[in-house]
Amino acid sequence: MVGITSYGAYVPLYRLSREAVARGARGEKAICNFDEDSITMAAAAAIDCLTGLDREKVDGLYMATTTSPYKEKSAATIVAMAADLKPEILIADFAHSLRAGTSALRSAIDAVKAGSAKKVLVTAADCRLGLPGSVYEQNFGDGAGALLIGDTNVIATIEDSYSVYNEITDVWRSDGDTFIRSWEDRFTTTHGYAAAVSAAVSGLLKKTSLKPEDFAKVVFYTPDARRSADVAKGLGFDPKTQLQDPFFNNMGNTGAAFPLMLLAAALEEAKAGDRILLASYGNGSDAFVLQVTDQIAKIKARRGMKGHLESKKVVDDYRQYLIWRGILPIEPRKETVAFISAPALWRERDANLRFRGVKCKVCGTIQFPPQRVCTKCHSKDQFEPYRLSDKKAKIFTFSMDYITYPVLERPVVNVTIDFEGGGRALLYLTDREVEQVKCGLPVEMSFRKLMVRDGIHNYYWKAIPARA
Amino acid sequence: MEGIKDKVAIVGMGCTQFGELWDKGHKDLLVDACYEAFEDAGIEPKDIQMAWYGSRETGFTGTQLANAIKLEYIPVSRVENFCAGGTDTFRNACYAVASGVCEIALAVGVEKCKDHYGGFCMDILDPFDRSMVEWELPPASQFALLATRYMHHYGWKYEDFKRILSMIDVKNHHNGTMSPKAQFHREITIEQAMNAPMISYPLGLYDACGVSDGSAAAIITTPEIAKKMRKDYVLVKALALTNGAGQAVMQPEYNFISIPETATAAEHAYKEAAITDPRHEIDVAIVHDCFSITELMTYEDLQFSPRGKAPEDVEAGTFTLEGELPVNTDGGLKCFGHPLSASGLRMIYEVYKQLQGKAGPRQLKKADMGLTHNVGGICGFFNCTVALFGSP
Repeated sequence: MVGITSYGAYVPLYRLSREAVARGARGEKAICNFDEDSITMAAAAAIDCLTGLDREKVDGLYMATTTSPYKEKSAATIVAMAADLKPEILIADFAHSLRAGTSALRSAIDAVKAGSAKKVLVTAADCRLGLPGSVYEQNFGDGAGALLIGDTNVIATIEDSYSVYNEITDVWRSDGDTFIRSWEDRFTTTHGYAAAVSAAVSGLLKKTSLKPEDFAKVVFYTPDARRSADVAKGLGFDPKTQLQDPFFNNMGNTGAAFPLMLLAAALEEAKAGDRILLASYGNGSDAFVLQVTDQIAKIKARRGMKGHLESKKVVDDYRQYLIWRGILPIEPRKETVAFISAPALWRERDANLRFRGVKCKVCGTIQFPPQRVCTKCHSKDQFEPYRLSDKKAKIFTFSMDYITYPVLERPVVNVTIDFEGGGRALLYLTDREVEQVKCGLPVEMSFRKLMVRDGIHNYYWKAIPARA
Repeated sequence: MEGIKDKVAIVGMGCTQFGELWDKGHKDLLVDACYEAFEDAGIEPKDIQMAWYGSRETGFTGTQLANAIKLEYIPVSRVENFCAGGTDTFRNACYAVASGVCEIALAVGVEKCKDHYGGFCMDILDPFDRSMVEWELPPASQFALLATRYMHHYGWKYEDFKRILSMIDVKNHHNGTMSPKAQFHREITIEQAMNAPMISYPLGLYDACGVSDGSAAAIITTPEIAKKMRKDYVLVKALALTNGAGQAVMQPEYNFISIPETATAAEHAYKEAAITDPRHEIDVAIVHDCFSITELMTYEDLQFSPRGKAPEDVEAGTFTLEGELPVNTDGGLKCFGHPLSASGLRMIYEVYKQLQGKAGPRQLKKADMGLTHNVGGICGFFNCTVALFGSP
C-alpha cells in the first residue's frame, strides 16, 4: 500500500513579533533569516525527513513553491543536491499555485503506485510577501515541509484522494510583482477557499462513504486563523477536537508548504489506526484520506514541526525584517568584488552543494574542500567522498567582523569548526546571537544562500548553533 | 647547500612618504622611490641591468616599472606574493645578483591601495575560489581567529589580553612619531586602544594597521662592487620564504596559536645566517604588525619569546626603542599603513638606515644585525618572508 514513509519540516529560527508590526497584533510569524529562501528551507525539511534513512534509496524528489528564487531554472535540483541524493532520479518542480504542495504529493503517490519510482521525496516551501502593513504580511509565515512517499514501512497509507479546481482571481501575484495581491476577503473566502475545500472534502467523503466522525484529525490549509474552523464546522467536523492547529499564533500561513507542514504536525501526534483528512487550497483543492499504521511508532526522532516550533528567537525589530526581505534598501557594496563563475559552480557542486569533503584512503584524514593530494600523507588521488552536512561540530576559533559585508549580517561571524569524526572547515556562523559565540560551541550545518550576483543565487553551507 | 649569506649587498635605497596619497599615481611613487635609491647609490637609471617589480593590485607586468622610470629594454619581472610580495621581489633580485647573471639589480615594490574603494581590492583568486563560496578575505577577521584562540588556549581574559595588545599599539604609535615618512605621527594611550570601536572581535581600530599608498626601492649588487661604491653598504645575511599549503584549515592538529609559516621561515633564515640565539644576536626587527596579534605571535614564532610568554615580554618593555630587542622602530605597519607589495621593502629601508646609523631620532645605539618579516594571506595559506641583514 502506498503512503507516507517519513515526514520532516523546517521552521526558521526567527519569529517576528506581530506587535512589532502593528500595535495590539498578537502572536508571532516565522520568518526566514536574510540568508534563507524556499530552496534552503526545502533542503532543511528534506534532510529532516531523511533522518535515519538511506539517501541512496530515494529515487525521486519533487519541490513545490510559489516563491522559487528562479523564474527559469530548477529549484528541485538544488534541493536534491543539498540533500545529497544520487543523480539518476526523478526530479520535478511544482510551482505557481498554493496547491503546488499537494499537487506534488498526488503526483508522487501516483508515481509510486504506477511503479515508476519507489521512494519519492516531496518537498514544499514558501516565503511569500504581503505588502508592509497588510493583513497578509501579518498572516504569512515562512517554512517548509517534506513527505517521503513509498510502499514499504508506510506510517500512513493514502486511502483515497479527490480534487476539484475553481478558476477565481482571489489571491495572485504577477510576473514582476513583489507582493501578493487579492480581492476583497468576503468574496474570496466564500467563492474561493470555502467553496473549493468544501467541494473537495464533500466529494471525498461521498466517494469513500466516510463520515466526519470517522476521522481522528482533519488537516486543512487555511488563509487565516479562523477560516478553516468555519469550513470544518460547516462540513460537520468539530473544530475543537478534530481540527489540526494551524499555528497562526507562532508560525503563520506557509503557502504551498502549509498542508504538508500541518500534516507532519498531525503525524507527530498520531497513533496507529487514526484516520486523517488532509485538504489543501489554491484555485481548487486536493483532499486525501490517510490511515495511520503501527509503523508510526518506529519512526526515528527528528526535529519535525514540534522541535522547530519550540526552537526560536523572537525578532521585535520590524525594520530588521524589512531589511532581511530586501524591502528596505541598505547601503550597497562599492568595492570591486570577484564575479561568480558558472563553470566553477558546476565543477565544485559536490563540495559546495552536497557539502562533501574527502577521506584519504591511505591515512584516513578527512579534508574539506576536496583535494587531489593528501594534506597529511601526500598520496595522490586516493580519496573517497565524505559527507559533512549531517555531522555535528564544535567551534575551534572564531572572529566577528563589524566592518565587512554583508552589512545586514554584521558582525559577520567566521568560524573554524572541527567535525565529530574528523575534518575541519572554515564557515560563516548564522542564526547566532553575538553573546553565545565561543570556542567549543556545538554547531550543526545548515544550507544557506551566500549571495546573489548577476542573478545567480549562490548556495553554500553555514554553521548554526545547534538548535534545541 | 650554500645560502645567500654575504653574497649580495644593498648600496642604495629609497622610500616614499606613505599615506593616502590622492594626488600621486603608482608611477609617481615608483619614480620617487627609485630616484631616491639611485641618488643614494650614486648611480644612473641606465646602470640598472635587471629589475624586479612587486605589486598586487597596482598594475600588471614589469612594463609598469619600465615605463615609469624609462628602463631601456632590460628584463623586468613582476612579483606577487601578497603581503610578502615586497620582500620576495627583493629576494628574486638578490638571487639574480648572487648567480652572477647581473651585477646591479633594482627591486621595487609599490601599491596604490587608495585607488580602490576602501583601499583593499577584494577581487582575489585562489585560495578564494571562483564559485565564491569561501570566506571573503577581510584580513582583520583572519588574524582575529588567531587572537581568539590564543586567548582561549592560554586562558586570558579579554580585558587583560586586550591590554597587552594595546601596549603593542601604543609602542608602535610612539615610534611612528619619529618617522617622517609614516602615515601616522600621533601618540595614543592604552585606554584609547582598548576602548576603540571593534573591527573584528577581538581586534579593535588601533589593533589594525592603516591602509596607505607607498613605494620603496633597493639597489643590489655584489659585495665587491659595493665596497667600491660606499663604506656603509648593507649585507644580506638570509632570505627565507614559506607558503602555506592549507595545513591549518585541513589538519585539526594546527592550533591557531602560532603561524607555522613564520616559525618555519625563521628557522630557515637563522640557519642560513648562522644565528643560534636570535633574541640576543638580532639588534633590530621590523615585523609584520598588520594587526597587534600578528606582532605578538611573531615574537614567539621568531623565537624572541618562549611560547606563550610574549605577553610577559610586552609588559617588560622588551620590544620598545629602549628595550632589549627593539621591534618596529619606525612605527611598523601600524604607522606606515600597508601598501602590500611596498611594505617589505619599506621594512628593509628601516633596517638599512638603522645599520647605517641614519635613523634619526629613533636611531638605536647598537644596530649591526637586523631582521625583517612579512606574513600575509589567510590561515593555512600564509606567505611569509624572514630576511636578515648585517653591517659589513
